[in-house]
Amino acid sequence: MLSEAESDALLLSLKVSFWSLLFALPVAVALGWVLARKEFRGKLFVNAFLTLPLVLPPVVTGFVLLILFGNQGWIGSWLKAWFGIEIAFRWTGAAVAAGVMAFPLIVRPIRLSFEAVDPRLEQAAATLGAGRWRRFATISLPLAMPGVLAGAVLGFAKALGEFGATVTLVSNIPGETQTLSLAVYSLLQVPGEESAVLRLTLIAIAISVLAVVASEILARRARRSLSAEDRPGNA
Amino acid sequence: MLDIDVAKQRAGTALEIRFESAGGVTALFGRSGAGKTSTVQMIAGLMRPDAGRIAINGRVLFDSHTGIDLAAPQRRVGVVFQEGRLFPHLTVRRNLLYAKAAGDNGRYGGVIAMLGLEGLLERKPATLSGGEQQRVAIGRALLSNPDILLMDEPLASLDAARKAEILPYIERLRDEAGPPIVYVSHQIDEVARLADRIVLLSDGSVAATGSVDEIFSRPDLMPLTGRFQAGAVLGARVAEQDVPGRMSRLAVPGGSLWVPSVPLPVGSAMRIRVRARDVSVALDKPDRISIRNTLPGTVVSVTESDGPFRTIAISVADETGESRIAATVTANAVRDLGLAPGVAVFALIKSVAMDRRSMALPPRDEIVT
Repeated sequence: MLSEAESDALLLSLKVSFWSLLFALPVAVALGWVLARKEFRGKLFVNAFLTLPLVLPPVVTGFVLLILFGNQGWIGSWLKAWFGIEIAFRWTGAAVAAGVMAFPLIVRPIRLSFEAVDPRLEQAAATLGAGRWRRFATISLPLAMPGVLAGAVLGFAKALGEFGATVTLVSNIPGETQTLSLAVYSLLQVPGEESAVLRLTLIAIAISVLAVVASEILARRARRSLSAEDRPGNA
Repeated sequence: MLDIDVAKQRAGTALEIRFESAGGVTALFGRSGAGKTSTVQMIAGLMRPDAGRIAINGRVLFDSHTGIDLAAPQRRVGVVFQEGRLFPHLTVRRNLLYAKAAGDNGRYGGVIAMLGLEGLLERKPATLSGGEQQRVAIGRALLSNPDILLMDEPLASLDAARKAEILPYIERLRDEAGPPIVYVSHQIDEVARLADRIVLLSDGSVAATGSVDEIFSRPDLMPLTGRFQAGAVLGARVAEQDVPGRMSRLAVPGGSLWVPSVPLPVGSAMRIRVRARDVSVALDKPDRISIRNTLPGTVVSVTESDGPFRTIAISVADETGESRIAATVTANAVRDLGLAPGVAVFALIKSVAMDRRSMALPPRDEIVT
């Protein structure tokens, strides 16, 4: 059904999205909590910096990432020397680009849902002897879970569709950095490949719809667990 | 034993809170804004005093001189908040077992039984009534094995029926040798039923401390305790049951009172509150009158105030002891009857005025008739 190149692109996209989310999500949860609960100098600056990937032209973001993560770049040379990880023109770079571009979209719903958690519940937990970490793990995080899921899905979708920063940072190498979006773009340049374009387009739509539906179901389940009894055997 | 002496500058008012509470139930009583909730928060470690010292059983929780300021989780102070604050994503069971101490102190079964929580364990807080939520909140705080239990207006958000449902559980808690309780309220009927001692707060400082009967029968405090709700709280004993008349006679120090049938065996101890506004005063003993209770006594004091009312403290005494009863009458009546300290009077109390809310009774399911 799919050609080898097409299935490569699909699997690569899933891999890139998965890894970008795996690294971005914990950082986003921590940052979302800090932004929701703490006041500190430079908060405005952090907020502005966070929004940058949304407002900068993706090509510009990609170029900045290239400077930072290239083999001669500050971070790139460090990663290569210490971990043997190469970023430029590798799928790992596609994951970095996708993670950076998706990050603001992941943080926002997480931050909002932490802000919605009643701090008086955390106070109550404190009077019951729970320290900071236990309060976070047992009260704040579970109650903010719908927002974390929403952020994860948004981030996954964004990572899947990221184009500009990715192509700037890691180019468009079939089998290494050619994600679904890049493959669709490449196929469009070739006459007579309309059916392949259509197949990949339908797959992209299917994955996105699936992700949104899955997050909707999870969020609904999280909401229900706040309002109703546990179902039998679920306690 | 709680020992607190702290100062805190709040927006507008300065708090100066100083009292000790030995054991049993100490009520923090006063109008809203008097500093009750701030006091609770300072004891629990949720608000930092500007200066002073807080200790429980000699263990210092806060001391501005030595720089001690234990964080809330280290204080071993249980709190029952007005809004319950149950964790909405956890079942009742997991709420109860939230504190690490809850699982292993062997009191779980006892607390569940005392608060009647057996049927609620697998439910989520959102499915509970307000009264049930507060019972769970009490259980959760108790199971954290606190050195002291603070209850911050735990009934304030409940309607009268729910209050009546939960008060007996709190009385049971008081009577079953639990931790000392600091009970915050501005409801005189709750305080009269539950408290052993009262700390009366007014405008951020302690206006008076004393036993329940002392504080509520002091006419000079009535502007603070509230004229219309104020009255004497008397320790009573069921002396006689008039079954056909559905009345009970209660022996109080200095006399006895007929009240609507009390479902307790003869000899049982209880508490009764006689509101000042339900007490009238006569100079002669009235004969043909519907009022069932006529107690001879002597005027002890008459409060002066600008309004149309005066509160009279009356001493009622015989060989069984002495009770202080307060009566609210008009200034004109004081003038026309010549009421002044030393005048012999009769205090008239309608039995009808003493409803169930005025009497502290054991939980409903334990009542023997």
